[in-house]
Amino acid sequence: MSGSLDAYLILAGLLFAIGSFGFLARRNAISMLMSIELMLNAVNLSIVAFGAFGTDAAMAAQGSVVALMVIAVAAAEATVGLAIVIAIYRNKRTPLVDEYDAMSQ
Amino acid sequence: MVMHRLVPIILGLAVIGVVTAVAAAMLVFLGQNWADALFWIFAAVMIGSGLMVVTMRDIIRCGLAMIVCFGALAGIYVILGATLLAAAQVIVYIGAISVLILFAIMLTQTKDAPSRLVFQTQAVPAAIASIVIAIIIALAVVATDWGEAAQRFRITADALSKVLFESYVLPFEVISVLLLAAVIGGVYLAKREPGGPS
Repeated sequence: MSGSLDAYLILAGLLFAIGSFGFLARRNAISMLMSIELMLNAVNLSIVAFGAFGTDAAMAAQGSVVALMVIAVAAAEATVGLAIVIAIYRNKRTPLVDEYDAMSQ
Repeated sequence: MVMHRLVPIILGLAVIGVVTAVAAAMLVFLGQNWADALFWIFAAVMIGSGLMVVTMRDIIRCGLAMIVCFGALAGIYVILGATLLAAAQVIVYIGAISVLILFAIMLTQTKDAPSRLVFQTQAVPAAIASIVIAIIIALAVVATDWGEAAQRFRITADALSKVLFESYVLPFEVISVLLLAAVIGGVYLAKREPGGPS
């Protein structure tokens, strides 16, 4: 089972669906960021699986390189996202996104 | 007092380790090879802890479950043959991003923050939508012939570095600039203004 591409892709799809549920349903801004990290990891898993089951060893290395870059971009995204959450928390005193309603007033 | 709180966590980790080891041994005993057994166990741990991340009430525990999820994903990378990527996953995600998220939790959660309502009001449509996403992805994966190679290719570190520093050297440099910009932007956003609200 671990020797087929389908198993990895279905696993990645499951993790992506879990992350999307967390992003849509949680109230806490940091929980939403954690769900985004889950989704990014799911995409990474699919990239690495596609590379590892590719035509030759160079394609496998390319899949790993792209996944490394996704990890780096995810780190940058987490930094800026958490800084934004902390900045909003300093003004609104709550981490819950459904109370961020300054633009509707 | 600290030990009093740490003992259940350590016991829980020990129980998880023993259970997974016994499960791996049983799967191997039942006729599967080690790669399959480890794949099943890592997949189960990853999906289970991922569900815990999105459903648990206490957000600190969500963060800890996220660490478990990333660790299981690193194990799956090792099964796929991408060992260097597994090391990067452990260093960046478990070592850096998880600590960043735990610090942000520490800075933003107040005692009176209502923890009784974890989900938004539209949690049920969100659950339906994500289940539909999972089903659609699974159907698409099963229905497509990917033309995959019969054997997997292990990714050695020197092959990876050749690709990274020959074909992908421009994205590499751009990402270094992006990380610098993210660091400066993060510091700028999170620092408190002089005279502003504390």
